Amino acid sequence: MNYTALIINIIAIVALLIAVVKNKEKARQSLKMARKTFIGMLPMLFIIISIIGLLLGFVPPEQISRFIGEQSGPGGILIIGIVGALMHIPALLSFPLAASILESGASVTAVVAFITTLTMIGMITLPLEIQILGKKMALLRNGISFVVALLIAFLMGMIL
Amino acid sequence: MKNEDKKEKQKKKILRDWILLGITVGILLILLCIFPEKTQPVTSTAWDYFMEMIIVLPAVMIIMGVFSVFISDEIVVKYLGKASGVKGIGLSIFLGALPTGPLYVAFPMAATLIKKGARISNIIVFLSAWACIKLPQELVELQFLGFDFMVSRLILTIVFVIIMGVLIERIIEWSNKEMMKNGKRVLD
Repeated sequence: MNYTALIINIIAIVALLIAVVKNKEKARQSLKMARKTFIGMLPMLFIIISIIGLLLGFVPPEQISRFIGEQSGPGGILIIGIVGALMHIPALLSFPLAASILESGASVTAVVAFITTLTMIGMITLPLEIQILGKKMALLRNGISFVVALLIAFLMGMIL
Repeated sequence: MKNEDKKEKQKKKILRDWILLGITVGILLILLCIFPEKTQPVTSTAWDYFMEMIIVLPAVMIIMGVFSVFISDEIVVKYLGKASGVKGIGLSIFLGALPTGPLYVAFPMAATLIKKGARISNIIVFLSAWACIKLPQELVELQFLGFDFMVSRLILTIVFVIIMGVLIERIIEWSNKEMMKNGKRVLD
């Protein structure tokens, strides 16, 4: 077990202990909720793991780096940004997927474009967002988020 | 009635996920049958990633559960409704980043905030922070992509989310003004 995993588990234990001290009933409710979310996420977790297996096992790294690698142009970045915006997977599970494409030759810019559009923009939830916040605000938020996500991606590519 | 609808939807979503899983695993198995020499590398990478996930996911779920039970929507709306300026922006990021569920949970809260007259920049920053600056997300990002990656992306995201909030507020206020002007002209 690495340090990060250890720290995350310690935070969880401390949070749970504080919860138990403050309110036993609510602490039990939290655990119930955690279990429900975890079970709900399981199929997606296995899907992502299988996709990572497919990606690293069958897609040659040269192919990945040709489209979204260091040498590829902004077109690849744009496409992976759009893919991220359209996909609807839990953000938590996007990180192992991102790590796997990074491992197989994608550039930092491409990986950041993917995670950032994925988390910031929700195409699937857009109708709901329009309904609740109004067309103007929802479209502005999602549209500008896309531009911002690409900006963050290019800056990250320069930094790292 | 509404609750039942929600349950029904939830059930459908879970069923859809399991079907998708079946398809993905099916494709993987067929490919492995055609290229049996790939079995070893594929299973060992998949296993490594699975282990890395499974040592953090339950803990992350517990952190999310505790926060979402203890921090109610009312608390968030109460604090954000009246905050403004730098404090408002800071609070929007902080309250948005507390781990309390998927983005669509935040929409009704944002709607209440609009009705309460909260600033548009705060609402946008809050929604964006909710979407992409969540504490459990940052922890998992740290686990898979490392400290430098996580921290630089976090800082950039915070900066740009604030710029975006202010920009959208300006655009909406400007367009409201234009609409009022045009409306008057029509009335004249």
